[in-house]
Amino acid sequence: MENTFAISVTVNGTPYQRSVDPRTLLSDFLRYDLGLTGTHVGCEHGVCGACTVLLDGEPVRSCLLFAPQVDGHEILTVEGLGTLDDLHPLQEAFRETHALQCGFCTPGILTTLLPYLEENPNPTEEEIREAISGNLCRCTGYQHIIDAVKLAAENMNP
Amino acid sequence: MTYKVIGKRVKRVEDPRLLTGQALFVGDVTLPDMLHAAFLRSDYAHAKLISIDVNLALEVSGVVAVYTAADMGDAWEPGPPLVSPPPTLENVVFNSRRQVPLVKDKVKHAGEIIAVVVAESRYIAEDAVEEILVEFEPLPVVVDLEKCLEPGSVLVHDDLDTNLAAHLVQNKGDYESARKGADLIINRRFQLDRGAAVAMENRGIVADWNEKNQHLTVWDATQSPIPIRNGLAARLGLTQRQVRVIAPFVGGGFGPKIMMFYAEEMVLPWITMKLGVPIKWIEDRRENFYATTQEREQIHEVEMALSKEGHILGIKQTIIHDTGAFNPYGLTTPLNTQSHSMGAYDVQNYSSEVIVVFTNKTIVTPVRGAGRPQGIYIVERLLDIAARELELDLMEIRRLNFIPPDAFPYEHKIIDQAFVPLILDSGNYEPAFDKALEMLGYEDFIKKEQPRLRAEGKHVGIGIVPFIETTGVGPYEGARVSVEPSGKISAATGVGTQGQSHMTSFAQIIAEHLGVQVTDVNLVTGDTAEFQWGTGTFASRGAVVAGNAVNAAASDVRQKVLKLASKILETPEKELELEDGMVRVVDIPDQSISLGELALLANPLRGAVEPGTEPGLESTKYFGPAFGATAFGVHGMILEVDPETMMIKIRKYITVEDCGTMINPLVVEGQIHGGVSMGIGNAYYEKLHYDENGQLLNANLADYLIPGSTEMPHIDVHHANTPAPNNELGTKGVGEAGAIPVPALFAQALENALHDYELEILETPLSPNRLYELLHKQEDPS
Repeated sequence: MENTFAISVTVNGTPYQRSVDPRTLLSDFLRYDLGLTGTHVGCEHGVCGACTVLLDGEPVRSCLLFAPQVDGHEILTVEGLGTLDDLHPLQEAFRETHALQCGFCTPGILTTLLPYLEENPNPTEEEIREAISGNLCRCTGYQHIIDAVKLAAENMNP
Repeated sequence: MTYKVIGKRVKRVEDPRLLTGQALFVGDVTLPDMLHAAFLRSDYAHAKLISIDVNLALEVSGVVAVYTAADMGDAWEPGPPLVSPPPTLENVVFNSRRQVPLVKDKVKHAGEIIAVVVAESRYIAEDAVEEILVEFEPLPVVVDLEKCLEPGSVLVHDDLDTNLAAHLVQNKGDYESARKGADLIINRRFQLDRGAAVAMENRGIVADWNEKNQHLTVWDATQSPIPIRNGLAARLGLTQRQVRVIAPFVGGGFGPKIMMFYAEEMVLPWITMKLGVPIKWIEDRRENFYATTQEREQIHEVEMALSKEGHILGIKQTIIHDTGAFNPYGLTTPLNTQSHSMGAYDVQNYSSEVIVVFTNKTIVTPVRGAGRPQGIYIVERLLDIAARELELDLMEIRRLNFIPPDAFPYEHKIIDQAFVPLILDSGNYEPAFDKALEMLGYEDFIKKEQPRLRAEGKHVGIGIVPFIETTGVGPYEGARVSVEPSGKISAATGVGTQGQSHMTSFAQIIAEHLGVQVTDVNLVTGDTAEFQWGTGTFASRGAVVAGNAVNAAASDVRQKVLKLASKILETPEKELELEDGMVRVVDIPDQSISLGELALLANPLRGAVEPGTEPGLESTKYFGPAFGATAFGVHGMILEVDPETMMIKIRKYITVEDCGTMINPLVVEGQIHGGVSMGIGNAYYEKLHYDENGQLLNANLADYLIPGSTEMPHIDVHHANTPAPNNELGTKGVGEAGAIPVPALFAQALENALHDYELEILETPLSPNRLYELLHKQEDPS
């Protein structure tokens, strides 16, 4: 590769050093350079929210960032939440309430909600709808997602 | 029948993988030496292809190959005809014209593929696409459903002397005689427009030809892996055993992912066989808007004849259905509209003509609802209009006309989309309707709340719409269930899964029979190496057709288990029970044997097996219904319209849903919520805007609005249960139900909310803008 850009980034607590083509999207970097395919790409123009990850704790659209822009920063993806045998309470609440069907949009919704629930431990239904209004889901009609957020809020802040 | 596991709100077994980012989607497949494809697509909707120069593209560093139609040679052929016209009907005109892998001479809709670049990365492939030089001769474009049939119209297919894709007429009774005895004839023209399915995952394919094994593996985000496998084998000169198609986790289907043999599905396997390395293509959202199939554009000229009491004497209609540039999917969608235009009502006389036309637009195939929302829209709109003309109550006119519960099975004497007589197997409509009125608080709203709110100047309206849905059609599906020596159950079925929870629902059926935990069942869907007979996931038929095949196989395995255990435990079968992975003697729990031990004994390494027996505790069964199972439901809504902005607020939304036996109510509710969400999009937000040049003006998710969380109301769901009489489980489909009545419901509720404007809605989808235009027209007729 003629023009590469060296980046250091911490993803889900693990430090990585990689050389990338400067125009590599963060979403592609995570998915293909690091093999973290839990971050999904639904529209590539920043509308659907499926590719949302946390950049230093803030939700961002990984399809709208270039990988070099996260040099020196910390990223959290869905793989950084719970594991198959030990789901995060937010993931567990999604399972409990059937808040996902095809599951394609789910990683972006989880990463959107994680910092939201930290700042808003007891949201109302209307507030939850506002909080996920930047994430499109075609399967659920959002209702079970709202149930999940309420349940997660209860379980995370007993 | 009392069930222990079926009917329970069981948490999904597929969720942990999806929630942790560990579920495999096609886009996640990466193979050694894998190349990437990008397509050059036509911007023109109709143009002669004069020349293509790929030399500059080939010079781009990292480009491996660029192919056009000419390079495919004899391998270039149109996609297969998927669905033929009904063979049982007479005088059907059907001009079959199928999509092509790469355009050879003439572009017929924007988004058709001109060339494909194969490169080391998708980035490079897309760069090189820009370097391909194409000379087009733009041609006049035909987009209008009626103008395209006028003499001298531009032709989509030059080898036809018409844009007529199909024509058929179906009659029941004698409409013209019924009309003579009518007190009221309603005549209306309805305009229904196009929407997109918008699965959150776009399409995608990875194709991998292994030269040494002479074997092709294809990962495909399809609803129909088995027909894709069969078709690929036929096209590529391979046996079906040489081709494996895997539909792994698929991020939503909603219909278009069953359009077998999209151009890309024909091109990628051909390329991997040519180059001998794996190749990948993932559709982007813009491609999805241009190249993935769409639905719902129809013009209806309709007449309804009624008695002065409000009885429907007959319906007559002409449906013009736009199939886009090609018609691979036959007449499924317009046949569904034809079947559903009588709704839940006892209509004795029906005359219905279907005219299907070619236009320079993206191909039309079923999208969740598949012609049914259009049919329900027509009959429900006509009843609303008739009730007003006859000064009858909107709800009473529906009660008057419901098919009574003792009339089932009710035969409509026309042919449905499955080419079998349209027979509604069962139903009990009025109690569900009453329940919906009660849930919505209809009486109270009409008498008290609405007058009060209107006095405050609020525009609040109420709507209630019943609907039917033919579901669970044939031809068949199958399933295999086996007990493994570990005591776990492995199972497979041919239907793929796109979020419908098959891995849980089918596991519940198996757990019911075999006394195991749902999590002990490992069920594979959509992998032709695991199960190779079947058609696909469509027409709300998974729980009915595949579900009953799973039920039959699990029941058979149970019999095998009991037979063997009876011998070993020296106890009659009827004294045995299957619990906790064990076969136990009832009341003597110590006398037991595990399923795993039985599985080992059923597959011995030495000794003689009795003649006529099969090894193992395994069974493969199929289910094929003679005709479908008819689901039914009622949706109700109270909404408020802001007469300045035309923005709406849904104050209440209720549904009564009768899908027979529920395998998992949690899953059923999820299906309804999602269906309603798509229905609300269809009714008030989602319209594909094509201009006169066949250009799609809103081909992105910023301009094409699907409902978000702030557009969706809370939905109250009530379950009614009229079990399907013709399948063992009693299941009826529910996947599409939620979407079906919503446009009709919106029309009724909006007219009610805006009663002071004397609005009559004859089109869908609406939008705030369009509603404003309609009201403005009412205010100012000049």
